[in-house]
Amino acid sequence: MKRDELLDRLLGPGVPELTCEECFAELDRYVELVVAGERADDRVPGMHPHLEGCPACAEDFRSLRDLVTRQGD
Amino acid sequence: MMPMQVPADPEETATSRPWLDDLRADGARRRRAVADLHELLLKAARFEIARRSAELPHLRGGDQEDLAQQAADDALMAVLRKLGDFRGESRFTTWAYKFALLEAAVKVRRRAWQGREVPLEDEGWAVLANPGSGAGVGAENAELFAALREEIARLAPRQREVLVAVTLNGVPIDVLAERLGSSRGALYKNLHDARRRLRQALAERGFRIGDGEEER
Repeated sequence: MKRDELLDRLLGPGVPELTCEECFAELDRYVELVVAGERADDRVPGMHPHLEGCPACAEDFRSLRDLVTRQGD
Repeated sequence: MMPMQVPADPEETATSRPWLDDLRADGARRRRAVADLHELLLKAARFEIARRSAELPHLRGGDQEDLAQQAADDALMAVLRKLGDFRGESRFTTWAYKFALLEAAVKVRRRAWQGREVPLEDEGWAVLANPGSGAGVGAENAELFAALREEIARLAPRQREVLVAVTLNGVPIDVLAERLGSSRGALYKNLHDARRRLRQALAERGFRIGDGEEER
């Protein structure tokens, strides 16, 4: 494990972030904003740092983004 | 922190309305809508399990399909139970998909860890005990990692347990939650509090954390 990755994992994003419950509640809206190329992080503040800090929610995000993208093809 | 609430997009509301009306109807109309919804959720569950198949190399195709069916069944119950929570800020299908993906992902992670011991502390400490080699960090950071080890040792037991298991040992938080009889949200709160405490302690010791400037 690289030094910076190790520190990121241990210390997290260090800025205000959503909880896992708030992340799940906002995930569908956030994903549609991301897929549409809109300013998702401005519209859903705290989501990006949570996805940086929570591996499980980050996987949920990638899965939903990829599924929605595939449906739109 | 609470996200900003935005009014529902009329176009998205229009695409979602038939789903909501049919699922709230009676008799055959509702049964058809529930069957269609299950099919939608099953498609999402299969998608998730297929992309995670590498985590389950021992699982045959039939077993994967069983897992997808279980995930779709559980997601269907969740969607019907939470129908009143849908705010129309995304398409109904996107909202419903996330329940199926979550159920499938949790089932895959738990199946992948079935019968495996969850390493809570010992293995992870080794990474920090010898940061000059295994962690790929130079000797100049020895002081920082020594401080980190001391501060991790001072954390409350549950905070330390979750921090080490998730961040150092790579235990999925859902798996850890199942083993500890807790939830993802509760354990992430422990992790968040542990991280905040570590950052604060390192700052008090004179380390500047952030943007690769971890120096005194």
